[in-house]
Amino acid sequence: MKKLSKTTKSSLITYGIVALAYIFCEIFMRTGHMSSLMKGILVPLCIYVILAVSLNLTVGILGELSLGHAGFMCVGAFAGAVFSKCMAETITVSLLRFTLSLLVGVICAGICGVLIGIPVLRLRGDYLAIVTLAFGEIIKNLINVIYLGLDSSGFHVSMKDAMSLNMEPDGMVIIKGAQGITGTPSDSNFTIGVILVLITLIIVTNLVHSRTGRAIMAIRDNRIAAESIGINITKYKILAFSISAALAGAAGVLYAHNLSTLTALPKNFGYNMSIMILVFVVLGGIGSIRGSMIAAVVLTLLPELLRSLNEYRMLIYAVVLIATMIFTWSPSAIELRERFSLAKLFHKEEKEVQ
Amino acid sequence: MSFVSYLLNGVSLGSVYAIIALGYTMVYGIAKMLNFAHGDVIMIGSYVAFVAINSMGMPIPVSILISVAACTILGVTIERVAYKPLRHASKLAVLITAIGASYFLQNMALLIFGADTKSFSSVVKMEPLQLAGGQLNISGETIVTVAVCVVIMICLTTFMKYSKAGHAMLAVSEDGGAAQLMGINVNGTIALTFAIGSALAAIAGVLLCSAYPSLTPYTGAMPGIKAFVAAVFGGIGSIPGAFIGGILLGVIEILGRAYISSQLADAIVFAVLIVVLVVKPTGLLGKQIQEKV
Amino acid sequence: MKKLLSLAMAGMLVFSVAACGSSDTPAASDDNTAAEATDSTEAEETGAEGTDAAEAGSTAEGGVLKIGGIGPATGGAAVYGLAVKNAATMAVDEINAAGGINGMQVEFQFEDDEHDAEKSVNAYNTLKDWGMQMLMGTVTSTPCTAVVAKTAEDNMFQLTPSGSAVESIAQPNAFRVCFSDPNQGGASAQYIGENKVASKVAVIYNSQDVYSSGIYETFAAEAANQGIEIVAAEPFTEDSKTDFSVQLQKANEAGAELVFLPIYYTEASIILKQASTMNFDPIFFGCDGLDGILAVENFDTSLAEGVMLLTPFAADAEDAATQSFVSTYQEKFGDIPNQFAADAYDAIYIIKAAAEKAGITADMSASDMCEAMKTAMTEITVDGLTGAGITWSADGEPSKAPKAVVITDGAYAAM
Repeated sequence: MKKLSKTTKSSLITYGIVALAYIFCEIFMRTGHMSSLMKGILVPLCIYVILAVSLNLTVGILGELSLGHAGFMCVGAFAGAVFSKCMAETITVSLLRFTLSLLVGVICAGICGVLIGIPVLRLRGDYLAIVTLAFGEIIKNLINVIYLGLDSSGFHVSMKDAMSLNMEPDGMVIIKGAQGITGTPSDSNFTIGVILVLITLIIVTNLVHSRTGRAIMAIRDNRIAAESIGINITKYKILAFSISAALAGAAGVLYAHNLSTLTALPKNFGYNMSIMILVFVVLGGIGSIRGSMIAAVVLTLLPELLRSLNEYRMLIYAVVLIATMIFTWSPSAIELRERFSLAKLFHKEEKEVQ
Repeated sequence: MSFVSYLLNGVSLGSVYAIIALGYTMVYGIAKMLNFAHGDVIMIGSYVAFVAINSMGMPIPVSILISVAACTILGVTIERVAYKPLRHASKLAVLITAIGASYFLQNMALLIFGADTKSFSSVVKMEPLQLAGGQLNISGETIVTVAVCVVIMICLTTFMKYSKAGHAMLAVSEDGGAAQLMGINVNGTIALTFAIGSALAAIAGVLLCSAYPSLTPYTGAMPGIKAFVAAVFGGIGSIPGAFIGGILLGVIEILGRAYISSQLADAIVFAVLIVVLVVKPTGLLGKQIQEKV
Repeated sequence: MKKLLSLAMAGMLVFSVAACGSSDTPAASDDNTAAEATDSTEAEETGAEGTDAAEAGSTAEGGVLKIGGIGPATGGAAVYGLAVKNAATMAVDEINAAGGINGMQVEFQFEDDEHDAEKSVNAYNTLKDWGMQMLMGTVTSTPCTAVVAKTAEDNMFQLTPSGSAVESIAQPNAFRVCFSDPNQGGASAQYIGENKVASKVAVIYNSQDVYSSGIYETFAAEAANQGIEIVAAEPFTEDSKTDFSVQLQKANEAGAELVFLPIYYTEASIILKQASTMNFDPIFFGCDGLDGILAVENFDTSLAEGVMLLTPFAADAEDAATQSFVSTYQEKFGDIPNQFAADAYDAIYIIKAAAEKAGITADMSASDMCEAMKTAMTEITVDGLTGAGITWSADGEPSKAPKAVVITDGAYAAM
């Protein structure tokens, strides 16, 4: 048997973790040992894992700080929800409807990724970060003023209010401006979520370990050197950025089909959400896909598990954030950890043996 | 006449952004970090002033001084506890810590002062100025905010240019390692920068709440982000840049709201920012950094 | 080092899952018993078993009724959620002191949703794990719409104190205490038209808020019938709700005699201040969201002089019920209660009235309670702080008359 390469092994472990987690959750759910809270939070967990892994592609692999990831999620969510709402009566098989709306959401978000990537990726560092933040806010603002209605004579669009749609009485308002979309069919479930997580992982790990991935990482590590050996910087940057955007769009579609309301509030699609996802990525280890996955799960569960602390819970969340960062990065903490770390002890023994 | 009036409102809003952006830009110039907690220091400053004026009955100038002192201490403490251990860590780690600090301050304020809105009584007791036969009405707050903003800008520029500490700041921002070798106390200089930035935040907070008198634990968040945009707009790290960026941002926001759409005003602000950055990638007055091989 | 971190994280994860697993066993068994109960009711001999169980329940000191509450306790909308939490706790304490509902003691637990639909569903699930039997919530409209879909699935009785959007109670198991948005918008336009308050009206509304834009839309529709001309309709958003100079100036230039403010008092207090700074002095007219403006700490009440509002509750009303509510609330929590607090206080007493009517006992499953409450809600008439003789229709809408009040000398006076 051919020996598995180290990278393949590592990706297989990642898939294995997801599969195991899925089996455990299913067993717990089937045997009735899972609380309602956990049942309810499973799909959001999948959403955040997809978001964290996809943002890691931009931040960890491409090496560009993006603060507008929630914007792509927003595009995917609204595109998917509009599709599902229009097709709610035409396509009655929920899985087919969801798959199609997923495609619509992913494609829309991917196109946005390309369109935004072209101007944005010319910039560098904090300037790039602020422009992605700006795009995220623009997307949110634009979606908030769109009124979209559907009646027998087709679509009606307005930027003013629902009354100026001038629809026939049988018409249905799909997007009601800032009030968003209500009544999206809830087509998503945990199994679909886990499948999407696996697809995301396969796409990202394969990309990272491919020739393209190596080119992208070469750009991250030394742009000028990469350029000098003939790597097309713009092409690879936009490729990575738009794949990341498309995957965020998939998470958005999942989000839209999980709750019956969808509004583009600052809270769920604004820069706060983008920053939340960034926190997952940084805390899980920049560039580590498994790390972002675990961090997304832990940090989503943390505020829920702290509920009994009432008003102190967000305070504790903040303290945990700061403490983890200092513990991971501060020189004195690193020194302290190294002194007591097990790995170091083993290492010493090895040396002594030698 | 309405255009002039919109313009004045824009300048008034912009001056508040400019004062906040000055704090942002100074900290960025030296510590090379985006201090996301800056907006929340503003909020704390306003609360301190509010409590000093209303609960303790202090005279207004004393209250402002107390608020400035409290914010200075707060800013230096945050720097010491949360940012200093990460001085040589990855930039992203510092960014996340700053976000953590921002959440911390917001939730702390929620616990101490409660969620309900406090109505901040203006510290400016000036009568509004009537021009053009009462058609144009300039509020006292506008006049004071703009004046304070200009004074602060001039003071800061002079300070950076002529004082020893200012030179030290410039040196640290240029090259921290080399500055240390030249005998500059880098940690002290960074702490001083945070102190000045936070003191400015207190003044900005008092002026912000005088003009827009509602105070909640989340008051600082949006102005903080807008000021950050203003700082980038003008070229982050540049003091005149922050001033110009702030004023322009305020004017664009108000004019956009008045003539295009009040819902899309923020989108317009951000769109202008993107255009500026795509044309001039380091902002209006930012320094072009030469890339070395 | 990264490995170490991910190990630590994985450890935390395992721990948290384990913690969930262990903590939810009792809840899960609760679910099971609930399911069994429904099964048995579906079986033929429901009557006999039900009464047996009821007797058993009443002998054991009546048992406990678990009511859950959901609303924002942190985040920008925390002021509304906390008011509901406080007032509901107060009502529950009063009821328990007076012997409970049908002899049952009431337990009330409130969960934070940060005014976010997703967090709200999480809060709902947490409450279900706790063993909630009825839901008093959610406080804000958008999360309410999301939670209603879930309560309908579980057939859990839901009474929202203040979720005013039409969709918020779209399911048969949901009722509300406050007015619906269309109701308020239409009533405001009618009042202005019938009393000839003004003919040129400007509206300043929050387009991102369901409450505000919902009222605006019905106001605009009804205004056309009443011969009111809307000269300016100026929206603002969550991100720009501190500066209204542009909106006010437009209203002023359009010659508005009256500015309609279907918004909350936080923003209204800024609008009043800015209008006075720019010497713009129209009549301001608002809905129930404006109630509470006089209680804003340090607000210069002279600015609110002459403001008219259509509200079911005014904190300085003369009646004894309101006065005792306000004084107790102030004593306990230090603030003057706003309309949200009054809605929540009423909500708990409405649940009490309906539960007594329906003969709810502690051992009924949540689903059975919901069925019984649904019928009882349409039969009861409640005199509460937010209206006298309130009745409900089967679609969950209350029927009560709004009171028009005007602020004179820093206090509300009836018109």
